[in-house]
Amino acid sequence: MTELIDVEGLLETMCHDLSGHLASRQIDDPCIVGIRTGGVWLADVIHKKLDIAEPCGELDISFYRDDFTRIGLNPKVKPSVLPFETEGRHLVLVDDVLMSGRTVRAAMNELFDYGRPASITLVTLIELDGRELPIQADIVGQKISLSGNQQIKLKGPGKLVLEITDK
Amino acid sequence: MTLQMILDRVNRIGKNSMKQVTEPNHLQLNEQGQLKHFLTLDGLDKALLTEILDTADSFIEVGARSIKKVPLLRGKTVVNLFFEASTRTRSTFELAAKRLSADVLNLNISTSATSKGESLSDTLQNLEAMASDMFVVRHSQSGAPHFIAESVTPNVSIINAGDGRHAHPTQAMLDMLTIRQHKGRFEGLTVAIVGDILHSRVARSQIRALKTLGVSEVRVIAPNTLLPVDIESLGATVFSTMKEGLENVDVIIMLRLQRERMEGALLPSEHEFYELYGLTTEKLKYAKSDAIVMHPGPINRGVEIESAVADGSQSVILNQVTNGIAVRMAVMSMAMSGHVAGRDKLGEL
Amino acid sequence: MNIEIKSGRIIDPANGVDEIQSLYIADGKVVGLGGVPEGYKADNIIDASGCVVTPGFIDLCTYLREPGYEYKGTVASETYAAVKGGFTAVCCPPETLPVNDTEAVTNLILDLAERAGFAKVYPIGALTKGLKGQQLSELYSLRQAGCVAVGNGDHSVASLSVMKRCFEYAKTHGVSVFVRPEEASLAVDGCVHEGAVGTRLGLNGIPALAETVAVSQLILLAEETGVHLHLSHLTTAKSVQLVAEAKRSGLRITADVAIQHLILTDETVSGFDSRFHCRPPLRTHADRIALIKGLNDGVIDAVCSQHQPHEAAAKQAPFAESDPGISSVEVVLPLLLGLVRDSELSLATLVKALSVGAAGVLEVAGGSLAVGDVADVCVFDPDEAWRVTAESMLSAGKNTPWGEHEVQGLVKYTLVDGRIAYA
Repeated sequence: MTELIDVEGLLETMCHDLSGHLASRQIDDPCIVGIRTGGVWLADVIHKKLDIAEPCGELDISFYRDDFTRIGLNPKVKPSVLPFETEGRHLVLVDDVLMSGRTVRAAMNELFDYGRPASITLVTLIELDGRELPIQADIVGQKISLSGNQQIKLKGPGKLVLEITDK
Repeated sequence: MTLQMILDRVNRIGKNSMKQVTEPNHLQLNEQGQLKHFLTLDGLDKALLTEILDTADSFIEVGARSIKKVPLLRGKTVVNLFFEASTRTRSTFELAAKRLSADVLNLNISTSATSKGESLSDTLQNLEAMASDMFVVRHSQSGAPHFIAESVTPNVSIINAGDGRHAHPTQAMLDMLTIRQHKGRFEGLTVAIVGDILHSRVARSQIRALKTLGVSEVRVIAPNTLLPVDIESLGATVFSTMKEGLENVDVIIMLRLQRERMEGALLPSEHEFYELYGLTTEKLKYAKSDAIVMHPGPINRGVEIESAVADGSQSVILNQVTNGIAVRMAVMSMAMSGHVAGRDKLGEL
Repeated sequence: MNIEIKSGRIIDPANGVDEIQSLYIADGKVVGLGGVPEGYKADNIIDASGCVVTPGFIDLCTYLREPGYEYKGTVASETYAAVKGGFTAVCCPPETLPVNDTEAVTNLILDLAERAGFAKVYPIGALTKGLKGQQLSELYSLRQAGCVAVGNGDHSVASLSVMKRCFEYAKTHGVSVFVRPEEASLAVDGCVHEGAVGTRLGLNGIPALAETVAVSQLILLAEETGVHLHLSHLTTAKSVQLVAEAKRSGLRITADVAIQHLILTDETVSGFDSRFHCRPPLRTHADRIALIKGLNDGVIDAVCSQHQPHEAAAKQAPFAESDPGISSVEVVLPLLLGLVRDSELSLATLVKALSVGAAGVLEVAGGSLAVGDVADVCVFDPDEAWRVTAESMLSAGKNTPWGEHEVQGLVKYTLVDGRIAYA
């Protein structure tokens, strides 16, 4: 069973909310960083809509995951690309799905190894149940509850489509 | 490998006598075909070698950050077991392990322990008691890392840092990374390896890597006394002169010539070797104009290579050094990964 | 004890026999074949139906390890293993500690063999004192004490002139000389066949030339001195060719091949498996085929086990540091039967190579089951399958590549001097 969600529409709202959120904190030159792979596609869109000067960053969290001893190393790891200094900067971290919170923890650990940011704002397209760590997003596109045998995936690049399917 | 498999292979070889045989992989790979020990490039396919190079690329990026560490091997203990002295290789492995956040122990066993009569088995069993996760082994006997992986310490991942004349797989992989960085691909390349092939574990690993990654041609250039018997069976073409051997070559790899080779009627003198096989500015012109010059080091200036060439624009020798850390980080994390993890589908966190 | 071996297929090439019939033994000798001899009453009847009955096998090279290397094996354990393999007599090389270069050591070995009561032992004495290759041993005394021949084992002789003198002295007293042909300077440091496999593994090679050069030189020396030269453990096609030529020109030259060189090649060394570390090394497929042909053509006179039992630690080291040698005496028969099943060897040639061929080399009685011959007999089931395991092996040395492997061909009874030594 496939359900489609209006990703375009969600992104419009999210960017609007994000602009407001940043303005209220007097952040006027944020850097956008997307978590591979879904987060990068979303970050690109946000980057364009908010008309950010600095290029987008891409984070590969393979080396910071907490399950190395269980499942080993990702064979398709690619270099992270952060084309700006993070020291003292306000970062906007973008991911497609927030569930347990472990991906975001790994991403933050990695970001801190590049330097000490002034702040991190977390943006996620979809928020699911199942948080295992005390992590929350600042900007959420849509909250969804899935049943036990369902999973959700963002498909891209190009036209971004969210798919809910059976496992 | 069962005896029946061996006997089947013996019978099959007889019927196809030109067939090239690769080494059994039961030891280095786990059931999912991932590395758990890194002993030799024999038997590893192109996809796996490419994965090593790609993973190394990520570690090069880590090396460019201000904090050059990732937490992958945090809490793991890596022991450098060097039975043959080496500063460069050992320090590269040490640095690589530390950048993976592992705890590192350096043991220079040399030959003094074994000269006291303690067998290799006993030495290692004592070490195993220290609960290590990985041994990086350099040994003067071909096959020593195999022996260690197979019979002594099955719970420890073994990385071969050079064994006798057999293999130096991490060196070959870092050389491949250098070639890929400068040439962008392996297809269509002609690569020449020059010098003492007979005694070189690096050359054997390089030939294997180049063939697996799909270069057009691998050449070896050396006098007959420095060529191993049947080197053609490894897939290399033999040349005796630099003029013929370097024609149309894209990559030149110079091997170090050890002083000891002047004894035992292998070579008359360093002078004659340099005359015939030393890479000088003139001889470099036989190759393509954009050919790159490599050398696994340390260099003997004026013996295998002219200073002007070693320091010249076509030389990529210094890049090789940087790549060494990244490749070793890749190999160590992949081997540790294959060693500890069952490989389920890489799920979402 | 009168023993009747009933209804077996008797294969006795020395007497041109291949017949299903019974064999009658009394007082340690064969007293009848086919019909019951007059007045004969059997005390023990062995039912050999479905089995093959042959003269007891004779091994030209079995390392018994005693005296000196008892941690690897003893005369008792290894002669027991030998009878299990169907061997009624074995020749032990002089590499004991002390070296078998005196009557005393020879007597010791013969004593131990007699007390063990399994296979008969024919010692091969040392050609030179201490096997140092410099000075002659007391060849005459060694022969008088019971050595069937002399040899220098795995050790080289100082020079060709010393070897020539050894041959001359041996010829004077009618003593045969066993030499494993290997030119030391070409073999130096080597541990595998010098070829593609050795190159790929980075292991020092022993070229075929090391053997062929030595074979050529030794044949010429034998021709010159007239000694009976026996070449031990040939491994190359070219050696077979050289021996064939020597035989054609009428020289008294004999040769044997060790079982592993008929079955395995250097490919097995892949992966640095020290179970396949042998000296002389395993060579190529082409060599293996030529050795089998040499056996079929009669150029090679006998197959031996080159049985070398080792303690576990000897094989637990990086390849080049491991001790060469296979514990093989218990599997020679099934391995050769494998060649018979693959039509590479006939059963008659197999029996010849293990019995009358070896007896001919040693110039001893044996390898024949005619009336009046010593009753050294082997009864085996050629089809019965069994598993080679460390527990089932009688040898103290468990160093075999055939461990945990199923083989076909099982010795049921071995009789030495007419008494059952193994059942």
